[in-house]
Amino acid sequence: MELPGIAFYIVAFLTMGGIYAILCLALNMQWGFGGLFNAGIAGFYAVGAYTAAILTSAGSSAHLGGFDLPIVVGLICAGIASGIVGWAIARICVRLKADYLAMASIGIAEIIRLAIVNEEWLTNGSLGISRIPRPLEAFYSGRAAEVVFVVFVWLIVAVTFLVARRLQQSPWGRVMRAIRDNEETAASIGKDVQRFRTETFVVGSVFMGVAGALSAHYFKFFSPDATEPLLITFLAWVMLIAGGSGNNLGAIAGALAIWAIWSLTEVVTQQLPPDWATRSSYIRMLLIGLLLQFVLQRFRSGLFPEKSPKLRISREK
Amino acid sequence: MEQVPRIRLDDVTMRFGGLDAVRNCSFDLPAGRITGLIGPNGAGKTTAFNVIAGLLSPTLGRVVLDGEDITDLPAYRRQEKGLSRTFQLAHEFGRMTVIENLMVAAKNDVGEGIVNAVFRPSRCLSQEREAYDKALKTLEFLEISQLAGEPAGNLSGGQKKLLELGRALMQEPKIMLLDEIGAGVNRTLLGKIADKIKQLNEESGYTFCLIEHDLDFVSRLCHGVIVMAQGELLMTGTVDEVRRDERVIEAYFGGGRYQDAS
Repeated sequence: MELPGIAFYIVAFLTMGGIYAILCLALNMQWGFGGLFNAGIAGFYAVGAYTAAILTSAGSSAHLGGFDLPIVVGLICAGIASGIVGWAIARICVRLKADYLAMASIGIAEIIRLAIVNEEWLTNGSLGISRIPRPLEAFYSGRAAEVVFVVFVWLIVAVTFLVARRLQQSPWGRVMRAIRDNEETAASIGKDVQRFRTETFVVGSVFMGVAGALSAHYFKFFSPDATEPLLITFLAWVMLIAGGSGNNLGAIAGALAIWAIWSLTEVVTQQLPPDWATRSSYIRMLLIGLLLQFVLQRFRSGLFPEKSPKLRISREK
Repeated sequence: MEQVPRIRLDDVTMRFGGLDAVRNCSFDLPAGRITGLIGPNGAGKTTAFNVIAGLLSPTLGRVVLDGEDITDLPAYRRQEKGLSRTFQLAHEFGRMTVIENLMVAAKNDVGEGIVNAVFRPSRCLSQEREAYDKALKTLEFLEISQLAGEPAGNLSGGQKKLLELGRALMQEPKIMLLDEIGAGVNRTLLGKIADKIKQLNEESGYTFCLIEHDLDFVSRLCHGVIVMAQGELLMTGTVDEVRRDERVIEAYFGGGRYQDAS
């Protein structure tokens, strides 16, 4: 491959890597600080993606809208819509223990997926929504547009990281981690476990929705295939665990590292003989699974293990 | 003088499946007193604590705090009313440092609001400073200042018990339920803890209830003693009365009656 080709491969890599980084930071809020096992990430991602797609795409008779609204409006609404779904689920499920919450969230994500496939008036069913705009499309095209988009994505990664870090360093984050470590004790020192859990679930859901919206803008076309749980939920979990659950930098590093490996396995599976190549997606999944086993055995707390944040007070003194 | 009970357990039964861990139990924790709660293993002492603290809601009966029925109040709301407890098996926040374990127990309603946490972190600072200073003082008192930055999960059993006490002290409670706070703590420090309990009781009028097996510790501190056995209230009285009582001796050292029942 010639040099510019590699450079733009890297741009494409960083774009998806950034979207996964946001998913991973969001999952870290829910699981890393809060101990909430969300196995339905793909559902929130889909809600965000479809909200953004419907609001920002050009008018179409095939589905609701599009309303041709600015991308920023779409992003914010995607976060809000996903947050509302998260809130509704939290109201029902937040009292459940981790493993039951996992089951409930898988079920809910599947319901969302089926609704998207079947409610054609809203989403155009399995045909998907097309003509989703990208930011500053009028001014840049071709490879310049790719660069603009990767900058846009990483700006939002930065915002997500900032929010996650502030949450983690605040007394709020401390209570969250306390609840994760011991729910009974947290309740007996006067912390409203349900309130905190609902909050962290909603905030995480908001950013998952934003990640979904970004992917819709990136692909410019969004169909139910893009919400495949293996590619969203499973990969995001592998990324967070490999990077270091409870560590925001670890979440970003894990997202990039696993996305790099995932992208490279594609190169490897392309070399396979044809009758194996059809199975490539399963082989890749198997490789990622093996990798996760390796990480769990060798680096139990991930590449960047959780550290207690420096106290703002002691830093002053 | 008639004592006003701060806590009253009113005919409480706590049933787990077919087992009555606590059966038709009524007793008072008088205001401003240190009450010992003793009894052999499986007597229902910790279950009674859990009912008072709100971690369990009783099958039958009521819990009354200062004349107010708090039976249906969730655990976290009882803390607001000045109730605090420690756990028999240390319930530390294992992945947090020791000082964080203490700071999280302080009142910090500004910084615990999610909006303040994200958009106005500087507003949290004054409460945070208070919590930090208080946590340092508490660590100093418990003689574990050197552990401040250590993850609590790495502490020894005895150190975790101290952390339990520290967490309860951080909340400046009016009523403290201490579940075997002395178990696994060295003698010298235990003496200091006893002095601190006495001091808090005499100077600040805090009400205490201690579950203890060490009768010397109990007799040194407690104004009154409640004895439970097999989920039932056996008797209440002074330490001396309890020590002389045959039923208590039987419950502890095993007379025929209680062996039959088990």
